[in-house]
Amino acid sequence: MSNHSPRAGFLVGLLCAVALSAWFIAQVGAVSAGNATVFIVDWVPRLGIELAFRLDGLSMLFCLLISIIGVLVMLYTSGYFRTHRDQGRLQWLLFAFMLAMLGLVTADNILLLFVFWELTTITSFLLVGFDHENRKARRAALQALLITGGGGLVLLVGLLMAADIAGTYRVSELVASGDVLRSHDSYELVLALILVGAFTKSAQFPFHFWLPNAMAAPSPVSAYLHSATMVKAGIYLLARFQPALGGTEVWFYTLSIFGAITAVWASLMALRQTDLKLMLAWTTVMALGTLTLFLGSDVRIAALAAMTFLLVHAFYKCALFLVIGNVDYSTGTREIDRLGGLMRVLPITALIAIAAGFSMAGFPPFLGFIGKELKYEGALAIAGEPYLIAAAALAANAMMVAVALAIVIRVFLKGKTQTDREKIREVPWSMWVGPLLLAAAGLFTGIFPDMLAKSIIQPALSEVLLRETTVKLSLWHGINVPLALSVVTVAIGTVLFLKSALVRARLNQWLSVWPITGDRTYQASLVNTERLAQRVTDRIQSGSLSQYLTIIFTVFVVSVAAVWVTHRVPMNFSELTDVPPLALLICVLMVGATIVVAVSPSRLLSICALGIVGSGVAILFLIFGAIDVAITQLMVETLFVVLIAAVMLKLPKFPGQEHPGAVGGVRDASIAIGCGVVVGAITIAVGLSPLDLSITEFYEAASLPQAYGANIVNVILVDFRALDTLGEVAVVAIAALAVIALVTVRPQRRSS
Amino acid sequence: MNSIIFRTVSRLLMGLMLLFSLFLLWRGHNEPGGGFIGGLVAAAGLVVYGLADGPKSMRLILRADPGAIALTGLLIAVIAGLMPVVGGSDFLTGLWLFIGATPTDKGLALGTPLLFDIGVYLAVVGGVVGMVIAIEESL
Repeated sequence: MSNHSPRAGFLVGLLCAVALSAWFIAQVGAVSAGNATVFIVDWVPRLGIELAFRLDGLSMLFCLLISIIGVLVMLYTSGYFRTHRDQGRLQWLLFAFMLAMLGLVTADNILLLFVFWELTTITSFLLVGFDHENRKARRAALQALLITGGGGLVLLVGLLMAADIAGTYRVSELVASGDVLRSHDSYELVLALILVGAFTKSAQFPFHFWLPNAMAAPSPVSAYLHSATMVKAGIYLLARFQPALGGTEVWFYTLSIFGAITAVWASLMALRQTDLKLMLAWTTVMALGTLTLFLGSDVRIAALAAMTFLLVHAFYKCALFLVIGNVDYSTGTREIDRLGGLMRVLPITALIAIAAGFSMAGFPPFLGFIGKELKYEGALAIAGEPYLIAAAALAANAMMVAVALAIVIRVFLKGKTQTDREKIREVPWSMWVGPLLLAAAGLFTGIFPDMLAKSIIQPALSEVLLRETTVKLSLWHGINVPLALSVVTVAIGTVLFLKSALVRARLNQWLSVWPITGDRTYQASLVNTERLAQRVTDRIQSGSLSQYLTIIFTVFVVSVAAVWVTHRVPMNFSELTDVPPLALLICVLMVGATIVVAVSPSRLLSICALGIVGSGVAILFLIFGAIDVAITQLMVETLFVVLIAAVMLKLPKFPGQEHPGAVGGVRDASIAIGCGVVVGAITIAVGLSPLDLSITEFYEAASLPQAYGANIVNVILVDFRALDTLGEVAVVAIAALAVIALVTVRPQRRSS
Repeated sequence: MNSIIFRTVSRLLMGLMLLFSLFLLWRGHNEPGGGFIGGLVAAAGLVVYGLADGPKSMRLILRADPGAIALTGLLIAVIAGLMPVVGGSDFLTGLWLFIGATPTDKGLALGTPLLFDIGVYLAVVGGVVGMVIAIEESL
């Protein structure tokens, strides 16, 4: 990622994005005819992991949004960050994010899906933290990473369980095995795990708070990630898995309740903001809540409302984020109270704001109107709780009208801006062409909704319902209940807008006594985790070597002894063969040397006695015919004695540790004796257990004819098991480098 | 350690041990020995010399940095493993060359396992001596 060539990052990313968009548009015909494009390459065949991609109706809807909006946002970024030294980095990141997102919505293998899921999390972490010198941006990036990344891990468990139940890793096959999944005992658990993944990503209550905080990201990033793409990944997951997991009461009530709470709560929060961008962020949370709400039901019209609103929202919200970016860019502020009458100085931006804002408010003839009508129609068609859902939708929509009016009227039409008006100039073309196209799309598809309905929404809806369906959209439905609700919505919204100062004051008054917020809970859990880690580390990492050794050996003795006692390992000493007299003599010598090690007051004497023990072991190997092992043992022992002697003789005396007193002495002695008993018991038990000689026989037979060597030990080391040896040699080299680094580089003592 | 007897003997001992280590390395495929043991013997010889003459002279006779020797050994082992890959076999498959072979006698058998063992030898010598030198120098 070069900081020196922003142009290169921009051009490469843009051209690739344009090519991808063109390819997706070219696929629309085939996909809408019901032919999914499939691409499969083996990745890790033994684990059933394959690079399987599948472009069907639902993926197509998302791919078009991701790639086309990606092009527009990259273009916008080139203007917004024209003089920024890190523009190249941002462009590369946007492009990387786009690829991850496209992979996510086309992946047809659950592990691949997960990989892309986490890739979007990581790239979004880097994008949100783009302004990395700002502490707030860093915190927001980390928060988004922890919440969506954590949710991703939960999702992985859920997906793996689902795959295990259905017996396939293919998403498309998983989706088709809904009956198996729903009737399984752990259905609720699988559902809960997958929903946590979707809810964290799509900012549903109670994980919603990360999204408004992520507004620390630059405007184009917010426009791309937080309106049209990343936050919709959870919605994609819900839509994708609705045929597999949906259609039950648990699914319906969970999604409806969480969606409704999210939508209503977020609209209230949106009303209270004075920062335009935060206002938009909360309305995004509201939109995500609405989408979740409508995906809860498997009624056709509700799913249609969700798919249509998904498009509506992508068009207007992305345009509005970019509009706010333009306002910020031109005036230097996003505070609604300091802005006003920008129509005269920013005419093009104002035009875009009006078009997008009206679509958001759901005025005809914009696509937003169709979306809103469908929402009411869908809500009333849901069998379970039609009035509750209609009421939630009505409340949320009315507040959307108020927010849209505030943006359009307060900022652009009425009043005067408090910033220096002489200096405000309309933004360069690269910054208005993208939002203009999006806003125009909202208008055009509102007047001519048929093409959109047939080629995009209908194939997507067929995937969500998992059956063929025909979609017809029109602006005028006749005079009916949804239309009446629309009128009520606009009326309430207008009142809320006119009384917005009062509403804001009331809301702030209530919220000041609200006891608990997600953000505070997050902060507290972060701080407490750190504190706990600190306490545990302080307790365990005391810095005293003898304490470490005491812990390690005590654990060893206790755990092995526990297994021994509970499993009742049979030991029949009568089966032991006779010990040769020479070996017995060596053993006596070793026992004597061990006692000297323990009681000797002189370090040098202890070390020498330790050497005798080691050499005794080498001689024992020799007696029993393991010559290679014996030589190795002898050499290692020699080097060990030399090293220990060199170090120990130079070290100062440690008061209290070399002569630990009566209590410490008993403690050390019992640990040492315990170790000896346990290791001895293991050795004897292994010697007594029947030995499987088949491996030895294989090597004896194969060594000479296959590897041309008579010394089996060496042949195993350098030929049959050479990979192990390579690993060990690497460990030797790395350990040596580590030791050299440890003893030669002396850290400066910290002043604390 | 300022003992002229120890210093004189240590040189002789080191020479013998180095020779012996090469002998072990060479014969390892058919009789007790091999790169690992050979490397340990060579390292022990060098360490004895270092005890008598100090870590500085140990560095001098090694000429190369012990860490570099260890990594070179690792590299040689990897190369020995990669050679059969070039011919289309699996990583670390033994490739053999029989010089002067007759129907009854294999002749002088040279193969990638020997090269691999040389890599092991160098890695062990470099690793062990490097640790000892570093520790002795820091004391």
